[in-house]
Amino acid sequence: MRFLTDYKRVEGLGSAHDGVHHWWVQRMTAIALLVLGPLFLFRFANALGGSYEAVRATYGNWWNAFIAAAFVITAMWHLVLGLQVVIEDYTGGAVRVALLILVQLLGWALGAAGVFAVATLAISA
Amino acid sequence: MADVNRGNRPLSPHLQVYRLPPMIAGVSIVHRITGVGLGLTAVLVVWWLVAAATGPDYFRFVDAIMTSWFGDLVLTVSVWAFWFHFLNGIRHLVWDTGRGLDKMLARKSGMGIVVGSIVLTLVVILAV
Repeated sequence: MRFLTDYKRVEGLGSAHDGVHHWWVQRMTAIALLVLGPLFLFRFANALGGSYEAVRATYGNWWNAFIAAAFVITAMWHLVLGLQVVIEDYTGGAVRVALLILVQLLGWALGAAGVFAVATLAISA
Repeated sequence: MADVNRGNRPLSPHLQVYRLPPMIAGVSIVHRITGVGLGLTAVLVVWWLVAAATGPDYFRFVDAIMTSWFGDLVLTVSVWAFWFHFLNGIRHLVWDTGRGLDKMLARKSGMGIVVGSIVLTLVVILAV
C-alpha cells in the first residue's frame, strides 16, 4: 500500500474508471429537467381527467408528444443515476449488484414504454 | 495520503452521530425520499400513457384509478414532491458552484424550498 501514490489513485479516471461521468450526467439531466419537467407537468395535469379522445388529441400534437418523450427519457436517466447512488449508500454485496441491475433494467424499460406510448399517440393521431 | 486508513471508514449514511437540523439535514433526506417517490409516480404516469396508446377500454380502466380520490391524493403529493425535488435540485446546482454553502444561508434556502414547494403545488392545483 505504501507504494501506491496519490497520482496512481486518480490515474485511469479513479477506482470506478469513469471519473466524474456519473456526477456530470446527473447534473446535465437535472438542468434539462428544469425545463422539461414543468412543461410536461402542466400539460399532463391538464390532460388528466379529460376524455380518451381529448387525451389522444393532446398527445397527438407533435410538440406535446416531443416534450413528453424528451421528459420521459431524461427523467428515467436522472432516476436511474439517482437510485444507483441510493442503492450504493444503503446496500452491499450481492444485494447491491442485484438491485443495481434491477434498477437499470426496470428504469430503461419504463423509459422505452413511455416513449413508445407517446410515439404511438403522436403517429396515430 | 495514499496509505491512510483505506478500509475502516464509516459507511455513508452515518446518521446516528449527527444532529439533524430540519432545514439542512431534514431537507436533504426529503430530497432523497422525494426522488425515490417520484420514481414510483413515473410508473403510474407511464402506465397511463401506455393505456392511452392501447385503446379506449384499457384507458378508461387506468384513468379511473388515476382520477379516483386515491389517485388524486397520490398525484397531489407527487406534484409537491416534484416541486420540492425541483427547487432543492436548483439549490444543489448552486452549491456545486461553491456558492450558498454558509450555514445560515443554507438554513434560509432550505426554508425557501419548503415554502416554495407548497406554493408551487397550490399553483398547479389552481391552474389545472
